[in-house]
Amino acid sequence: MAFRRTYVRPMDGWWRRDPFFLRYMAREATSIFVVVYAMILLAGVIRLSQGEAAFGEWLEGVSSPWSVAFHAFLLAVFAYHTWSWFRIMPKTMPPVAVGGRRLAGSTITALGIAAAAVASVAFYLMVRVLA
Amino acid sequence: MRKRSNQPVFWLLFGAGGMLSALLGAALVFVTGIAAPLGLEPRAAMGYADVLAFSRNWAGKAFLFAVISLFLWHGAHRIYHTLHDLGVRGGLVAKLACYGTAFLGSVFAAEALLKIGF
Repeated sequence: MAFRRTYVRPMDGWWRRDPFFLRYMAREATSIFVVVYAMILLAGVIRLSQGEAAFGEWLEGVSSPWSVAFHAFLLAVFAYHTWSWFRIMPKTMPPVAVGGRRLAGSTITALGIAAAAVASVAFYLMVRVLA
Repeated sequence: MRKRSNQPVFWLLFGAGGMLSALLGAALVFVTGIAAPLGLEPRAAMGYADVLAFSRNWAGKAFLFAVISLFLWHGAHRIYHTLHDLGVRGGLVAKLACYGTAFLGSVFAAEALLKIGF
C-alpha cells in the first residue's frame, strides 16, 4: 500500500496565533517563576539551618542589586499570577448560587482580587508588628 | 475495580499552591526580596536572629513549609501540563522531573526546618 501524504496542520508555535492562547501561555509561564521564588526561599531556609555565617551569605546574595531587580520582576509576575488566577476562578470552581441566582464570573474575580489585596495588606502589617 | 486516578491529589496541591501564591505571593516577594534587602522596613530587615526566631516558632515553621512546598507543587503540576501543550510528551520522565523536583524540595525544606529546631 502506498503511503499517503495527507496534510497535517503544523502545530509549531500554535500559542502565538491568537491573543487568547498568548494570555494562556503567559498565565502558565508564571508557574516557572513561582518555582524559582520557592527555590530562593528554600535556599534561605537551608542556609539558615547551617548557621549565622551561611545565612549571612544568602542574605548578601538576596541584597545584591541584581537580586532586587529580579525580585521587582518577580513582583510583577506574581501580580499577574494573582490577576489571572482569579480570572479563571469562575471556570475552575463549582457554580455558586446566591439568593437563587448564579454568581457572575466577574463578581467571583473581583472578590478574589479584593481578598488578595486584603491578605497582602494584612500580611505586610503583620510583618511590621511582629518584626 | 477500576484503578483510581491519582490526579485529584496533584490537582489539590496545585490549587492550594496557586491560591496561596495568588493571595500572598506578591506581598512575600516584596517583603523578602525588596523591602528587607533595601531596608525599607528597618525593623524587618531579615536579620539572622529574627528569622531564626520566626522559623523556630511552630506557626512560622508551618508557614515557611507551606509556602515553599505548595509553591513547588503548584509549579510542578502547571509546568507538567504546559509541557504537554508544547508538544513534549515525556510521560514518566516529564512527570518525574516535575513532581520529583517538588517532592525533593519539600523533603529538603522539612529537613532544614527540623534541623533548625523548636
